[in-house]
Amino acid sequence: MEGDPGHFSARVYQTPRYVDISKCTSCADCEAVCPVELQNDYEEGLTTRKAIFKKYTQAIPGTYAIQKTSPAPCKLACPAGLNVQGYVQMVKMGNYKRALEIIMEDLPFPGILGRVCTHGCEDACRRCEVDQPVAIRDLKRLAADQYDPREIQLSSKPKRDEKVAIIGSGPAGLSTGYFLARKGIGSTVFEALPEPGGMLRVGIPEHRLPREVLEKEIEVVTNLGVEIKTNTPFGPNLTIDQLFQQGFKAVYLAIGAHKGIELGVPGENLKGVRQGVAFLKDVALKGTTEIGKKVAIIGGGNVAIDVARSAIRLGAEEVSVIYRRSRDEMPAFKEEIQATLDEGVNIVYLSAPQEILSDDGEVAGVRCIRMELGKTDSSGRRSPIPIPGSEFDLEVDQVISAIGQQPDLSSLTDITGLEFSRWGTIEVNSVSYATDIEGVFAGGDAQAGPWTVIGAVATGKEAAESIERYFDGVDMSAGREIAPIEDVEYRPVDEVEPGVDRVKMPELPAAQRAGNFNQVELGYTEEEGQSEASRCINCSYCSDCGLCVEACLPGAVNHMELPVERDLDVGAVILTSGTDVFDPAKLEQFYLYKHNPNVMTSIEFERILSATGPTNGHLVRRSDDKEPKKIAWLQCVGSRDVNQCDNGYCSSVCCMYAIKEAVIAKEHAPSDLDCAIFNMDIRTFGKDYERYYERSKELGVRFVQARVHTIEEDSNTGNLLLRYATVDGEVLTEEYDMVVLSVGMEPARSAVEMAKEIGIELNQYNFVQSEEVAPVASSKPGIYVAGVFQGPKDIPHSIMEASAAACAAGLDLSSARGSLVKERVFPEEKDITGEEPRIGVFVCNCGTNIGGIANVPEIVDYVKGLPNVVHAEHNMFSCSQDTQEKMVNVIKENNLNRVVVAACSPITHEPLFQETLKDAGLNPFLFDMANIRNQCTWVHSDEKEKATEKSKDLVRMSIARSRYLEPLEYLTVGVNNPALVIGGGISGMTAALGFADQGFPTTLIEKTDELGGSAARQLKKTWKGSDITAYIQGQINKVENHQNITVLKNTEVVDSSGFVGNFETELKVGDLSQTIKHGATVVATGGRATDTDEYLYGQNPRVTQWHDIEENLDKFDDINTVVFINCVGSRDESHPYCSKLCCTASIQEALQVKERFPDARIFVLHRGIRTYGEREDLYREAREKGIIFIKYTPETKPTITEVNGKPEVLVFDAILGRYIQIEADLVNLATAIEPEENNAVTSAFKLPVNEDGFIMEAHVKLRPVDCSTDGVYICGMVHYPKPFEESITQAQAAVSRAVNVLCRQQVNVEPIVSTIDQDLCIGCGLCIKTCSFSAIEAETIEGLGVRAKNISALCKGCGVCAVACPQQAIYMNHFNNDQINAAIKAGKSIA
Amino acid sequence: MSKDVIGAVMVVGGGISGMQSALDLANSGYYVYLIEESSAIGGVMSQLDKTFPTNDCTM
Repeated sequence: MEGDPGHFSARVYQTPRYVDISKCTSCADCEAVCPVELQNDYEEGLTTRKAIFKKYTQAIPGTYAIQKTSPAPCKLACPAGLNVQGYVQMVKMGNYKRALEIIMEDLPFPGILGRVCTHGCEDACRRCEVDQPVAIRDLKRLAADQYDPREIQLSSKPKRDEKVAIIGSGPAGLSTGYFLARKGIGSTVFEALPEPGGMLRVGIPEHRLPREVLEKEIEVVTNLGVEIKTNTPFGPNLTIDQLFQQGFKAVYLAIGAHKGIELGVPGENLKGVRQGVAFLKDVALKGTTEIGKKVAIIGGGNVAIDVARSAIRLGAEEVSVIYRRSRDEMPAFKEEIQATLDEGVNIVYLSAPQEILSDDGEVAGVRCIRMELGKTDSSGRRSPIPIPGSEFDLEVDQVISAIGQQPDLSSLTDITGLEFSRWGTIEVNSVSYATDIEGVFAGGDAQAGPWTVIGAVATGKEAAESIERYFDGVDMSAGREIAPIEDVEYRPVDEVEPGVDRVKMPELPAAQRAGNFNQVELGYTEEEGQSEASRCINCSYCSDCGLCVEACLPGAVNHMELPVERDLDVGAVILTSGTDVFDPAKLEQFYLYKHNPNVMTSIEFERILSATGPTNGHLVRRSDDKEPKKIAWLQCVGSRDVNQCDNGYCSSVCCMYAIKEAVIAKEHAPSDLDCAIFNMDIRTFGKDYERYYERSKELGVRFVQARVHTIEEDSNTGNLLLRYATVDGEVLTEEYDMVVLSVGMEPARSAVEMAKEIGIELNQYNFVQSEEVAPVASSKPGIYVAGVFQGPKDIPHSIMEASAAACAAGLDLSSARGSLVKERVFPEEKDITGEEPRIGVFVCNCGTNIGGIANVPEIVDYVKGLPNVVHAEHNMFSCSQDTQEKMVNVIKENNLNRVVVAACSPITHEPLFQETLKDAGLNPFLFDMANIRNQCTWVHSDEKEKATEKSKDLVRMSIARSRYLEPLEYLTVGVNNPALVIGGGISGMTAALGFADQGFPTTLIEKTDELGGSAARQLKKTWKGSDITAYIQGQINKVENHQNITVLKNTEVVDSSGFVGNFETELKVGDLSQTIKHGATVVATGGRATDTDEYLYGQNPRVTQWHDIEENLDKFDDINTVVFINCVGSRDESHPYCSKLCCTASIQEALQVKERFPDARIFVLHRGIRTYGEREDLYREAREKGIIFIKYTPETKPTITEVNGKPEVLVFDAILGRYIQIEADLVNLATAIEPEENNAVTSAFKLPVNEDGFIMEAHVKLRPVDCSTDGVYICGMVHYPKPFEESITQAQAAVSRAVNVLCRQQVNVEPIVSTIDQDLCIGCGLCIKTCSFSAIEAETIEGLGVRAKNISALCKGCGVCAVACPQQAIYMNHFNNDQINAAIKAGKSIA
Repeated sequence: MSKDVIGAVMVVGGGISGMQSALDLANSGYYVYLIEESSAIGGVMSQLDKTFPTNDCTM
């Protein structure tokens, strides 16, 4: 990424999805055929998914994607590039036909190579990291054994006129013919020998390659029209010129390497000495050959072994193989060497022949010399060195040399233009295989030297490609250089992948092999093969088998999709890269997480609890699927820990989720479930968190203050024994069925790499470094951060930061607002006036939430019979994106004019479906929902039939109502763009500057005569130690001098009217009244520390609260002992919530005291230390510096008495088990924080407050800044006690939310409002009285008198006025009498 | 700040924070590129069953 604020250029790399989002219907047909099972990471590996997958059912985009990385090592190792993983997977599935289709894409001889291939793929196989490689070759053979390769339909291009002459019918020649034929090019193969096949026929004995297999696969080639002419040697009677004259347009030379290399020792020309290749050729063509009684074979390769095993079969009595190195260096296959030994051959290692001995002109023996191994040579093997004087003689009557072969060039040497290498092979272009003679190509052993069958096939394939290009007149080499693959990325091999032995190939018993050439390796059974194939690790994830392409009817799958690099021009960047959860496998010794399936992480447990999770929400443990009776949560796994890991911080969320999980688990469990949470402190510091904690105790969740020090497993039951020490030192052992590890959060690893790449500073824990005064700004201007990447935090705080980051980015870019946005366009709305209702009904299964209880198909059948219903169907998830698209089509095709969805709650899902109606050209109010999940299947889960019947009732009522639904139009109202900010503290000033800097005129009102609020009055340093006095003064100056800000001090809100975008607020400025018009309101009226009458506060000058202790430090000179008391008036009946700030503040003050008075004894008396997030570092520092922490309970509150003018503190120490008396010089109290009195504001803007007096947000989790009154936002302490930087965050968030309104010309007003018929109205005023939203006012109409009048923009559509009206003069849109009566009438039949 | 700043923002990460930033920005007149590593947005929150302290469904 490059650039400056306002102008960044970011390069992003988009991995291919391989599925076209616009075509995929999410039907799951692809998933059903995909052979590759992978761990489902969304389900935390508790289930598997396929390589083609949808991340989760309701995922957006709601379409499939394919996980695929670099080509697998087996494919890369194959000279012909076979898609090994693909056919191995097909064999696993028993789909041999498809396996052959994949193999034969690159190879005409599956059965041959399935027997004789040198299988470099197996050497590359990553299964070796676990145990032994997958038996790839044998699986290929199984496919060809099970399905006749001749039956495979091969894709071929249209036939063309050119013909090619191929010299030699070995694997290279035949492959060339095969690949040419598939390119539409005909060929004739000229073979010198009487039978085709080259070395396949005359080099490999039948016991390895039965002739019928060879014949069958040669037929694969000839079936494509390739003609083979045997007994037609290349040479004087068949020259290249003649071939061109005969009309061939190209010639391919593949004459092989059939000439044995001579030993070069005396006696080589004796009778009884011969070449191995000639020996094997004789056997192949005649069935037998001359064989001695005692035979010596020289060499260690596969030819030597083939000769030896043939010799045994032909009746030789003693067969010795003489090899100059040791067994480890032998180039022959390991399994062949073993088979040779099994068959009785003697291998003489480390020996080389020196002379063939003779007797009367015939072979009588071999004189050999012993060798030893010296240094490693160029072949990578140690070179053999003769040991002088170690000669010995072997008595033999036949010697067969098998030390290598070379091409027989006699037929080629006269050809002008053909070049040869010094190894006696034909020279070609290394990419195109073209010789220097135009139209002449070469390959196979004649070109490459003696190589493997698969190597010969590869050269044939390449030559065919070149010949096609040659005919087409295009560059033969372009784009064919093999580029090395960088950064290969494979599916990781699981450390605990269980070892599974490779399936052994069944063999003909050694005793049955003599005297015949019957096949030795018998081939896998289907069962053996499938089990062997399932050992494949699927290195590339997707195996490229192509089945999904065939299965996908809409044609959405495209395996050829390429990654895309895009350059994005943006003005700002926000990093919200989130979190990785801590991996407890790092502490395996302690937690047994990998070892025992009943130990799981909290996030895995979330999935177990989820209705869409691996157990469909059924709480069972993994070892035996039994319902647990006792579950323990262990807190702070990977958090607050600098010994076992480096995460010194508190993850800030684990206490809450553990309590939630315990509560939900108890709900899920059929019987009484014992839930125990082992913790150091419970940190429920957020809004309403403490109440949930207290309630969980009432529900029976146990909290054990202890750190478990040993976990052991009962191997019989899988249960876990937890050993721990209680606070008073007793060591206990408890047995649990399950253990949940409350794992902490870490910055996402990929995000850390990215941040380092773009130069963002990170702190010691790799969270983004930020300043308290600018909590969402990174070290690089224009780049912002939000969420856990900024520091550990919960969801509401993340959302606040996200909005704050949006505000910060918006501040940089306000001059370009609106320049690049695109409006979403809906089709024109259809006029349904006068139409009969045509109702479509969609019944949702909600996974198993509904479908697992109610009989959904039965409901659909029932609905189909109801009047006006013209369409009914059920969906797995009606809310998923694919269903939405389908619904649009159904509406259009059936010309529907009403839609009913029977699913979950309209509160959460109605807007989604209304949008769908708009997409289909229907007014969104022609829609109704029946909540058959919450109201039927959830509450009647054990009465399936009744739940079904009740669902039918609800759907019938909804359908009845829908007949009367009418289209409604949104009202639009213009927007005033000034903002009003109430409260001149740090939150209010931040908000005011946020608006003003974006150009919105802002009025900031403050009830006192100075700006700055409590922070300016009290707070000098943040918890990180930054001095903020100067910052606050700077902000005050900025606010007071900003051209877009009007500051009104000594000002209070009197009243307000209007609605979002159009507020009119009456202020009292000093003694004067003033009214302002504004579009949005931010309430930042702050909070304050309460005073207490406990602990001698106000009676003894040595007792202070909060930051006041700082003054006492200067006032007194006998400071030896200081006591801090936390939770004074907090977390008790007077303030049943945690004030969040106090623990940190006390510790911060304590550390300051310690710094000034290093010898002072300092005590912090607390009820659990809640230094959340990175504040934990302060707590650790305090303990390290000797500050003493003593925990008390509400029952053992400390007491203070005055002794000699000083406070004497008495506190019970549970660890010591006795009371401690502390003669303190100073005592400082952390008292509860309350909201400032703000009744006028809350009543003017109709803002509900919670029982503690804090203004309620629209949703505690998801809308932490918005109020229930649209257009009003909150920030700072008026929402909840929070530290300085969180107030700034929330203030910026409030600006972002408000700007969503202020930047518009107009806003839409919901049309579900009441309308008053003024002719029927009698002006009684009852409706005005009952309206909670001031949405009805009195209006005097001449001649009629007072009449009620609606203010639609304020109306919330509650309907109370319509009920109250004695005249029935009030009509509720969308809930009118006809609609409600119809529903009631339809429901009347309910017994 | 020069006049010709680019009215678009790149948000890196499609979890709850990224989605909220993206929505706020799009609703206040900026074009947003939301970059997500996996095949769907939602992040860790989408894996949670219910949320504290309201026990609301996370979806």
